[in-house]
Amino acid sequence: MPSALRLADPRVPIPDVHPPYVPAASAGFPVAENLCRVLVNAAVNDDYRLMVAAAPAAALAARPGQFFHLACPPSGEDRPFLRRPMSIHAVDPAAGTITFLYKVQGAGTRGLATLAPGDRLDAFGPLGHGFAAPEGRRHLLMLARGVGLATLAPQAEAVAAAGGRVTAVLSARARDLVMAEDRLAACGCDTLVVTDTDGTSAVEALRARIAAIHAERPFDAIVTCGSDRLMRLARDFARAWGVPGEVALEQHMACAVGLCHACVRPFVDAAGETSYRRVCWDGPVFPIEEATSWSI
Amino acid sequence: MVDLSVRIGSVTLANPVMPGSGTLAEGLADVFDLGRLGAIVTKTITPDLRRGTLPPRLVEYRDATLFAIGIPSLGPDYYLKKTVPFFARFPTPLVASVSADTVEDFARIAARLDVPEIAAIEANISCPNLRAHGRAFGMDPVATRDVITAMKAATTRPVWAKLTPNVGDIAGFARITEEAGADAVIVANAFLGMAIDPETREPRLGNVMGGLTGPALKPLILRMVHQCAEVVSIPVIGCGGISDWSDVVEYMLAGATATQIGTATFVTPTAMPRAIEGLEAYCRRHGITRIAELIGAMRPRGGVPTAAIDPVPAKVSA
Ligand SMILES: Cc1cc2nc3c(=O)[nH]c(=O)nc-3n(C[C@H](O)[C@H](O)[C@H](O)COP(=O)(O)OP(=O)(O)OC[C@H]3O[C@@H](n4cnc5c(N)ncnc54)[C@H](O)[C@@H]3O)c2cc1C
Ligand SMILES: Cc1cc2nc3c(=O)[nH]c(=O)nc-3n(C[C@H](O)[C@H](O)[C@H](O)COP(=O)(O)O)c2cc1C
Repeated sequence: MPSALRLADPRVPIPDVHPPYVPAASAGFPVAENLCRVLVNAAVNDDYRLMVAAAPAAALAARPGQFFHLACPPSGEDRPFLRRPMSIHAVDPAAGTITFLYKVQGAGTRGLATLAPGDRLDAFGPLGHGFAAPEGRRHLLMLARGVGLATLAPQAEAVAAAGGRVTAVLSARARDLVMAEDRLAACGCDTLVVTDTDGTSAVEALRARIAAIHAERPFDAIVTCGSDRLMRLARDFARAWGVPGEVALEQHMACAVGLCHACVRPFVDAAGETSYRRVCWDGPVFPIEEATSWSI
Repeated sequence: MVDLSVRIGSVTLANPVMPGSGTLAEGLADVFDLGRLGAIVTKTITPDLRRGTLPPRLVEYRDATLFAIGIPSLGPDYYLKKTVPFFARFPTPLVASVSADTVEDFARIAARLDVPEIAAIEANISCPNLRAHGRAFGMDPVATRDVITAMKAATTRPVWAKLTPNVGDIAGFARITEEAGADAVIVANAFLGMAIDPETREPRLGNVMGGLTGPALKPLILRMVHQCAEVVSIPVIGCGGISDWSDVVEYMLAGATATQIGTATFVTPTAMPRAIEGLEAYCRRHGITRIAELIGAMRPRGGVPTAAIDPVPAKVSA
């Protein structure tokens, strides 16, 4: 096995004390290979798992919309070479924990799924530009589907904690795949669950329902993640209402700190010029108007 | 005290570890003190502005990666105004990497970068010319010679030639760059490769072809470093598949004066400072006071000179 992989493999003991060149957050190096210890790693439904890990202080600075680049252990035939990006789903500075909500997809996430309580997790981060500060938002519209929920829940919670109102639309294939509903309700968000099985997730039906909520209590910001259709819907609303919209994007990633330019997405400016922007470094949260320019 | 310093011509590096061009950017300064590196090498720039290639840009293997990035370049003006000042704050030699479409443009950009903050200029003649079926300047002996000659005439900075491994006789190319005046030779850039998705029958990379990098490359490039170091007297810089200090030692034993680390940084972002620390520990363990002693210091097996070993397989089997 290549030695770099050995280093990144959280199952191989690495000294608890980082060598001196791995700096503390206070030393002006905010991004670290955080050695965490898994506390919980359990299935929440057929698709998703929730992983809670005890993390060093540098990791606890993570803001909503930021992510960590996780070293994934080998499992079975799988030898995931690169790390895998995962949004921060919750940070609890008091408990000293970070939480991820992830879907088992391929080699990397299959490896993550094998981590047991007590195992090490090497979480590089916190990384990327998160959502705009939650303060001052009066009514946030959150449009989440699938994995988008993992990314958006902390921002909804932050807006609610800052005194804002949140309407959280949770879209899923079926009722039993809806996650974080209780958590969002507990922090005072209004939740609206829509599914493919009962037809309520159809964009036009959703458009009418959300417009009705807006007429009663206007939204002043929108966040979305996890679905191109919801992203376009969010873009339409942001334009119509003249409010800021943000989307968290995904792309295959290698370095996660803007070195390699692998995780780019095309953006088209007003003059029709295409440019590529790095999801890891320029995002993963982007203004919705810019991010949807290529998909209209 | 171990002296980790090495000399690449007129440039002294505090240690033999630097990044491969295209694998370091401002973002890594958030992770560790870049001042600890032997040198800072920046991503290749071109005289013109470029966006890079169509995504997807990455395919992953168990011990390698296939990237087709192209050279997203903001050009020399941006480089001199933004990139150079950012990295000039570190007490570490800054190495610029350049590429161009023509010999004249190679010379022109080398002249533009003739500034005191830049310690050396790498000529990326090895980057696959993505618009010419992967054929690069570095695959053509005449174009290789012309680029280095023109750059040397255009700048007072040392010129390091970065070779492509996609040639039959890489040592021949190393000789050509030395004769053309190169101050060092970097062995090597990425291997051309490609990947196809059997389900969709489509190439996995937007650009179809890309460069293979990572640990799988090490034995191949190590061999090339050995071959090049035997025929040139300018320093050879080894680059390909280095993950940690032991790989750096191997490259130095094969004849490299210094090394560059690329893909390993994507897997272990602190791979470079870890390697530097590991090198120091290795030297202590072996009673080595100057790391430069390792350059080309591979020993013949069992005391028998390598040339005297009978290459018949039966005799080599353990
Ligand atoms: C900033 C960011 C935050 C993310 N947050 C979360 C999260 O909170 N929870 C979660 O479940 N997932 C999240 N993802 C997606 C997650 O990174 C991928 O699902 C994961 O990398 C898949 O790795 P794998 O080895 O299991 O699957 P692979 O074998 O690599 O791929 C399995 C399938 O997923 C696709 N895929 C792989 N990587 C990505 C990717 N980065 N983006 C889109 N599709 C991909 C592949 O095309 C393939 O079809 C995030 C991605 C990014 C970029
Ligand atoms: C994402 C990526 C981008 C690269 N960009 C450049 C480049 O701009 N110029 C260059 O000379 N080499 C470039 N390279 C090649 C590396 O500098 C290095 O030669 C190669 O990756 C082999 O080293 P490694 O196996 O340690 O990665 C790039 C490599 C990668 C992986």
